[in-house]
Amino acid sequence: MLSDNVVEIEDLYYSRGPREIFSGLNLAIRRGEVTAIMGPSGTGKTTLLRLITGQLVPDRGRIRVDGEWLDQLRRAGLYSLRRRIGMLFQNGALLTDFNVFENVAFPLREHFDLPDRLIRHIVLTKLHAVGLRGAAYMDPGELSGGMARRVALARAMATDPKILIYDEPFVGLDPISMGVIVRLVRRMNDALGISSIVVSHDVQELSSVADSSYLISEGKVAASGSPDELHNAQSELVRQFMHGMADGPVPFHFPAEDYTAQLFDDGRVPKDRTDDS
Amino acid sequence: MIRDLAETFGGFVRTFGASQLFFARLLAESPRVLLRPSLVSKQVYNAGALSLVLIMVCGFFVGAVIGLQSYSNLARFGAEDQVGPFSALALMKELGPVITALLFAGRAGTALASEIGLMRVTDQLSAMEMMAIDPVVRVAVPRFLGGAFSLPLLVAIFTSVGILGAYVVGVPLMGLDSGAFWSEMKQGVAQADVWEGIIKSIVFGIATSLIAVWEGYNCQPTAEGVGRATTRTVVISAVVVLIFDFMITAIAIT
Repeated sequence: MLSDNVVEIEDLYYSRGPREIFSGLNLAIRRGEVTAIMGPSGTGKTTLLRLITGQLVPDRGRIRVDGEWLDQLRRAGLYSLRRRIGMLFQNGALLTDFNVFENVAFPLREHFDLPDRLIRHIVLTKLHAVGLRGAAYMDPGELSGGMARRVALARAMATDPKILIYDEPFVGLDPISMGVIVRLVRRMNDALGISSIVVSHDVQELSSVADSSYLISEGKVAASGSPDELHNAQSELVRQFMHGMADGPVPFHFPAEDYTAQLFDDGRVPKDRTDDS
Repeated sequence: MIRDLAETFGGFVRTFGASQLFFARLLAESPRVLLRPSLVSKQVYNAGALSLVLIMVCGFFVGAVIGLQSYSNLARFGAEDQVGPFSALALMKELGPVITALLFAGRAGTALASEIGLMRVTDQLSAMEMMAIDPVVRVAVPRFLGGAFSLPLLVAIFTSVGILGAYVVGVPLMGLDSGAFWSEMKQGVAQADVWEGIIKSIVFGIATSLIAVWEGYNCQPTAEGVGRATTRTVVISAVVVLIFDFMITAIAIT
């Protein structure tokens, strides 16, 4: 029997070089919901997605996706798990040597031995769902940012995954495209009965689409709950993030040595910055 | 200083080891990819057919200059009828494989490295992994095989056109006898000489394709990283080709 949680992360530690990105992160993503993962830039939101999808391996802690512990999976097991996950990359990551149609057909052709008529049928259905059936024979280079993301969404859905992951789906979109994507996230989730994970820092958009949300900061979950709960939270950090205040627990100034001292010193560059040409 | 040297050497050993493991994976996955010949033939077209004009033009002029040089020098000893075999041996054993491999690294190797590198930068490789499609199988192996198949064919074309170039200089221009040109060549070139050229072209094809695919696949995902990968492809290919050339020649002679 599968649990109610589609993703469970227990006590996750991960560091890149000397920098610790996650230190004891715990979170659970419920099946059938749209879950938002928010956090200031540089908190490792994309890294978290790569950990969930097994592209990176945690230093410590365990991750369970759709009932399977990632650390117990070998390559074939991981690949079979990934066939149940669709992922939308920040820039769409469309294959540039194929047109839109072939991009959506790509996972179908690679995984299944289907007749061309059926592939055509599936691809056109998926493109229709994102409103881009008319762009089927365009090249990725001809698409706007919002269109590329919708094509990528059609491609992510091509093999009917159970989990859809969106990495920063709202970045750099005009308000209309943004509205389209927000609507698609919700509609795909409910119409297909899947679970969605949206990583972003667009508080407004997420509030309208997410069932529950996590705010990640300094390697841990700083707050969780429905978007409304986060909006009304009392914690300084949550308030700073949700209301977009420039200074607070996340300081305006990146850590630096004393201002006066630096203005009057001999202008040398810190030692660890000099050997790197 | 000594520590820096040790670190550099350690880095070299690690990179070399990793590239050999990558090579082993490419070979292990090759049979699967060969079952889908359309993937490979597309890359043979990209790496081979698109390099043809370059290879033929260069081959002709290299052959012509060999004809010219050998004629002017052999004529001093009254041995100008040796222009045919001299040019054929020089082209078949050395210039054909080596110059073609260097041109190939510059034309097809850089294209491969930057193409794969840009796929890395734009997350296309990660996207494939997320679609449960192994990018080594789908992207790296077909390009490696395409390159490795193409180079021996290009070497054969380069050498043939080169001999034609030597003929054009020797016979119509310098007035050698056409029959003597060909018959002396037939006399002077043994089967072992042909084999030496073939073996070199196969080795160079594998080496240059591996270097290009490896550099592209493992480049830093930045604009600078792709630039560095293409540069390294040309530089490392050139060095490796010349070292292998010496080693194979030494083995062939002893």
